[in-house]
Amino acid sequence: MKKKSNKIPFLSTVSPAIIWLILFLVLPLLYIVGISFMKKGLYGGVIQTFDLTAYKTMFQSKYMKILLDSLWLSLKTTGLCLLFGYPFAYIISNTKKKWKPFCVLLIMLPFWINSLIRTYGWNSILREQGILNTLLMQLGIINQPLQMLYTDGAVLLGMVYALIPFTVLPLYSSIEKLDHSLLEAASDLGASKVHVFRKVILPLTMPGIFAASVQTFIPSLGYFFITDMMGGATTMNIGNVIKNQFLTARNWPLGAALAIALIAVTIVIMKLYTRVGSIEDMV
Amino acid sequence: MKNIIVRLRNIEKIYGGKSVIDHLNLNVARGEFLTLLGPSGCGKTTTLRMIGGFEDTDGGQIFLEDKDVAGKAPNHRDVNTVFQSYALFPHMNVFDNVAFGLVEKKVPKAEIKKRVDEMIELVQLQGMEKRMPSQMSGGQKQRVAIARALVNRPKVLLLDEPLGALDLKLRKQMQFELKELQKKLKITFIYVTHDQEEALTMSDRIAVMNEGRIEQLGTPVEIYNHPKTKFVADFIGESNIFEAYIEEKKGNRISLVMESGKVELDAPDFEYDEMVYVCVRPENMKASMEPRDGFTLRGTVMEHIFVGSTIKTIIELPSSQLVKMTNPPEDEVIPVGTNVYLHWLPQKTVVMHTREDRVYEIIEGAGNEKEEQ
Repeated sequence: MKKKSNKIPFLSTVSPAIIWLILFLVLPLLYIVGISFMKKGLYGGVIQTFDLTAYKTMFQSKYMKILLDSLWLSLKTTGLCLLFGYPFAYIISNTKKKWKPFCVLLIMLPFWINSLIRTYGWNSILREQGILNTLLMQLGIINQPLQMLYTDGAVLLGMVYALIPFTVLPLYSSIEKLDHSLLEAASDLGASKVHVFRKVILPLTMPGIFAASVQTFIPSLGYFFITDMMGGATTMNIGNVIKNQFLTARNWPLGAALAIALIAVTIVIMKLYTRVGSIEDMV
Repeated sequence: MKNIIVRLRNIEKIYGGKSVIDHLNLNVARGEFLTLLGPSGCGKTTTLRMIGGFEDTDGGQIFLEDKDVAGKAPNHRDVNTVFQSYALFPHMNVFDNVAFGLVEKKVPKAEIKKRVDEMIELVQLQGMEKRMPSQMSGGQKQRVAIARALVNRPKVLLLDEPLGALDLKLRKQMQFELKELQKKLKITFIYVTHDQEEALTMSDRIAVMNEGRIEQLGTPVEIYNHPKTKFVADFIGESNIFEAYIEEKKGNRISLVMESGKVELDAPDFEYDEMVYVCVRPENMKASMEPRDGFTLRGTVMEHIFVGSTIKTIIELPSSQLVKMTNPPEDEVIPVGTNVYLHWLPQKTVVMHTREDRVYEIIEGAGNEKEEQ
C-alpha cells in the first residue's frame, strides 16, 4: 500500500510534457537513427538488415559539397540578417516607450502568416510577369523582364526575409538591457557617437549578437522550401536533399543519415554557443 | 568676474508641460566646492545634467569660462561627471576605464600610462589596475569613477550623489577624501546631494534648491545660522519654527507675539504689523523654572531622548506644538511633566518673512548674489 501511494506523485510529475517529448521527439528520432543503418527498399521504405551503405554514400563529395554549400548559405544569411537587424533593433530600443510594443509587434506580425504563403508572395513579386518586372517595364527602365526569381540572390533575399525576426528579437533584448548611463559616461569622457558605439555599445551587446547569430543560423539550415521555391533547380540545400531522398529518390537510409549529419552540426554549434555563453557570464 | 567658471543665466527646463527648473541663476567660482542641495524632485540633478550636456535647456544660457555651451554635446564640454551608479565600463579593467578619456583625446601612450598610474595612486587603488569592475566593492568602484573623471583634468567636475550607494561609515570616509582631493587638485566641484550633513561638511558654498529654484546660496555657516526662508530653516538641520506677529517696533527692537508667549529682540529688516516665522535651533533653546527677560513662552516637558553626545528634550507648548531642545548630557535633567519657561539668546533668533512677495524677493536674489560683488 505504502509503495503505491509513493508512485502516484512521481508519475504525475512525469506526465504530459515528458510523454509528449517521448512520443513526438525521442521516438521519431530513434526511428530515423534506426533506418539510417538499414538497407534501402526498392520502391522506398527500408529492408530491415544492418547496413552502412547510407553513410558511405553520404561521405561522397557531392553530398559533402551540398552540406558545405548550405552551411555557407546559412552563414551569408546570418551575416546579412545581423547587418540589417542590428540597426533595426537599435532604432526600436531608442524609440519612445509607448511605440516600442508596436514596433516589436510589426516584427512578430509575419509569424502569424504561414511562411510558405509569404514565400509565394515573394514569388509573385519577383517572377518574370511579376509586379516588379511589370512596374519597371511600364516605367521604361527596362525593355525585357529581368531574371530575378530562381537566382542565388532570390534565395538569399527569401532567407533573410524569413529569418530576420529571429535576429532582431535577441538583439533588441540585449540592446534594451544596456545601462544608459554607460553611454552618457563614454560621451562625457570625450567619445564621439561612432566611438560610443564601437567601444561601448558593440562590445556590451556581443552576447546578444552571438545569440542572434545562433538563433538565425540553426533554423536557416532547415529552410528547404525557400531554396525550393525561390531558387528553383539552381540551388540545392541540405534540407532539399534530405526531403528529396525521402520523397523523390526513395532512399530513406541516405535521407536519414544526412538528417543525422545535420543534427550533429547543429548540436556542435549549440555546444559552442553554451560554452561561449558561460564564459560571458564569468566575465 | 574673472573668477567665475560656470555661469547659469535664467535656465529653464520643462518636462511634460511642467516647469522643473524655473529661471535659475547661479555663478560658480573657480576652484570652489559648490553643492546643490535639496529634496528629491527639486531639480538639482537636472541642473547638473544640463551643465554636463546630457539634457537640453528649454531657455537661458550656460557659460563655461564665458563660452556659451548650449547645444554642445557632452564630448565637446570641458567638464566630467561622476555618476550616481558609477557607470564603469563592465568590459574594461580598472586601467582601461581610467584611461578611456585620455585615449579618446589621443594622448600619447606613455603619457596615458603615467597619468593613469598617478591617478590610481591618488585614489589608493594601486595593484588593482587589472581588476574588472564586477570584482570590486562599491567604495572601490566609486574611486575608479572619480579617477576616471579626474584624470582628464576637467575644468569642472560634476558629481551626482556619488556617495549615495555607500554605507554610512564608508560615506563619511569618502566625504573626507573627496574634500582633500578637491583641495589638492584645485578643481571646481559641483556636487549634488540630498544629504544636508554631507553638504554642510564638504562644501565651500551651498545652493539650497526647492521646486526648481535656488532658495538660498551661501556658506554652510550662513545657511545654517541665518536661513532666509522657512524651507531652508526646515531642510537644513533641526529647527523650532514659530509663527509670530510683530506687535510693536521701536528702533530696531521688535516685540513678537506668538501663540504661546511673547519675545522681544532686534530685527532691523522687519516692519510693525508683519506676520513672521521665528526659527530657533534646538541647541540654542533653553528651559528654566522662571520667566527670563522678554520671554514668556511656556511649556511642559514631555520626554528625554538620549542621543549619545547630547540629550534631546521634547517640550509641548499649550498650542500642542512640540519644541525640541538639545543639551549636553552633563546638564541637569528637568523631570518629565514639569512646567518650564523657554528662552534663548536673542542673537540666536532667526526671523523670516511670511509675506509671499518678500519671500519671492529673497529667492529672486539668491542666485544673483555673487554678480553684484
